[in-house]
Amino acid sequence: MEIFGVPLQALMSQLLLGLVNGSFYAMLSLGLAVIFGLLNVINFSHGALYMVGAFLAYIGVTQFGLNYWMMLVLAPLAVGLLGIVIERSMLRWLYKLDHLYGLLLTFGLTLLLEGVFRSFYGVSGQTLDVPDALAGATDLGFMILPNYRGWVVGASLSVCLATWFVIEKTRLGAYLRAGTENPKLVEAFGVNVPMMVMLTYGFGVALAGLAGVLAAPVINVTPLMGSNLIIVVFAVVVIGGMGSILGSIVTGLGLGVIEGLTRVFYPEGSEVVVFVVMVIVLMLRPAGLFGKEK
Amino acid sequence: MNKKILCMAALILALAAPFVAYPVFLMKLLCFGLFACAFNLLIGYTGLLSFGHAAFLGAGGYVMGYALTTAGLPVPVGILLGVLASSLLGLVMGALAIRRQGIYFSMITLALAQMVYFAALRAPFTHGEDGLQGVPRGSLFGLDLSNDLVLYYVVLAIFVAGFALIVRTVHSPFGQVLKAIKENEPRAISLGYDVDRYKLLAFVLSAALAGLAGATKTLVLSFETLTDVHWTMSGLVILMTLVGGMGTLVGPVVGAFLIVSLENRLGDLGTWLAGVTGVEWFATLGESVGVVTGLVFVACVLLFRRGVVGEIGALVESRRRLRVRRTLPVSRADGSGTPL
Repeated sequence: MEIFGVPLQALMSQLLLGLVNGSFYAMLSLGLAVIFGLLNVINFSHGALYMVGAFLAYIGVTQFGLNYWMMLVLAPLAVGLLGIVIERSMLRWLYKLDHLYGLLLTFGLTLLLEGVFRSFYGVSGQTLDVPDALAGATDLGFMILPNYRGWVVGASLSVCLATWFVIEKTRLGAYLRAGTENPKLVEAFGVNVPMMVMLTYGFGVALAGLAGVLAAPVINVTPLMGSNLIIVVFAVVVIGGMGSILGSIVTGLGLGVIEGLTRVFYPEGSEVVVFVVMVIVLMLRPAGLFGKEK
Repeated sequence: MNKKILCMAALILALAAPFVAYPVFLMKLLCFGLFACAFNLLIGYTGLLSFGHAAFLGAGGYVMGYALTTAGLPVPVGILLGVLASSLLGLVMGALAIRRQGIYFSMITLALAQMVYFAALRAPFTHGEDGLQGVPRGSLFGLDLSNDLVLYYVVLAIFVAGFALIVRTVHSPFGQVLKAIKENEPRAISLGYDVDRYKLLAFVLSAALAGLAGATKTLVLSFETLTDVHWTMSGLVILMTLVGGMGTLVGPVVGAFLIVSLENRLGDLGTWLAGVTGVEWFATLGESVGVVTGLVFVACVLLFRRGVVGEIGALVESRRRLRVRRTLPVSRADGSGTPL
């Protein structure tokens, strides 16, 4: 069976690959949006922390004999802790200043983290094996689904939706949203806002760490994997706007799919298609698809 | 008065420098100095943080290289075309990026510059990973540019012209409007200024000067590679400006000199530190430029936001105020003096 001269099998597998990438975009842009909402900081080091998550998974599995499932919990926790240290020791001194200093600081941290991992692992990629339970593929009739890829999409979507649920539907999320609107007033009501800010940053970067662990078996783990991704995620954020949680998730997934489709029909354009979409959105709807300018 | 003496001293130093130091290294410093000044025109005087200035440096450099090698055009035409290309690119990128404010502006410029990077990687005339090699230096108005000393003075002239243009712009009424936009954009709008046009013009001017720096750099080094269009270059120019002092005229030049020297001499510095302290790790410092630049970046943002020149300016200013207070105990000196 063919669609527009492309075998259905090939189309479906690229579409799936697009969905996998899209779930990473969604998780990272979600974390960026949550952090920006409360801290007013664009976390450039998000990509580097995603890389750290992937490397921790690799190190845990290959050097310490831990298995993938343990690292799925431990690596995001470690990345979250690292985030909390960063927030406590550096970021919080910059809240009163112009937003761009937060961007510059986290950019410096990105160079630092990448440099450290580069001096240990060089630029060549490391690979992590897919865990046994998810090895192999399932025949769905119209396509062969590699189990691990299905798991990545399912797991990231569940995490994204859970985050959405917590932020939009629970008491904790209500505090968080109130803190985004008016931190001083929330503090006056007795909520420990600095603590909330710290935990939010920790949670946001833990999401990036989790995305890194999920990505480790499907891509080459290299020190530069994060910054290549974060630039695309920035474009995703510009397209979607950071005002809405669901908006971030939908935009991330949608752009992943668009990228996958481009790889089928015009492979040369797949690297830049997200940027092209960004240009089009900027021309037609400058505030972004779900945007509320802050 | 003092400033004039300082300017003269700097100029004499620049004229004499190639007899003391390696001219190619000095020319590289001048090119990056001009690049950082062009960048500072946006961040320091208009309040726009562009994260995509590598695109302009690269556009100028690639077009210059292509004009001289494949098209065989003379040097002045090559430089002109390089500046033209980066200005056009600046016009397109600027027009898109100023549609959003603040932090989004930075993200858009970064994403657009990444597009330019992929274009440079894939386009046939840039030779992808290899870059343009063996760009001839040729001659300029009968001067033989293959002589390092002659080329140095040409590059110095280009630098001084670019720097003078920036000084003139900053002190012109146009520059005052830019400063007003930086201080308070809604107010500038309410005063009737078409803010977007001013921003766009500043962006194009900055892009053109960055392109001039890129074209000159290609002429000096005889090659142009992907390094110049990579996002790390955009980060590096931010670091240069930050280290030297954002919003000061000579700060970016000082910053560029410091950072380029640091990158070049890091290996020697590491060996020296390893010898003095006995810590083995320092010997590997030359290979971990990223770690060092990252640390400098973090330290600057946390402790040292005014940069070298900004700190010196603040010091001079506070001493001046102290003196004024001593002589005139009743009058309150207003501390809005402009830094150097």
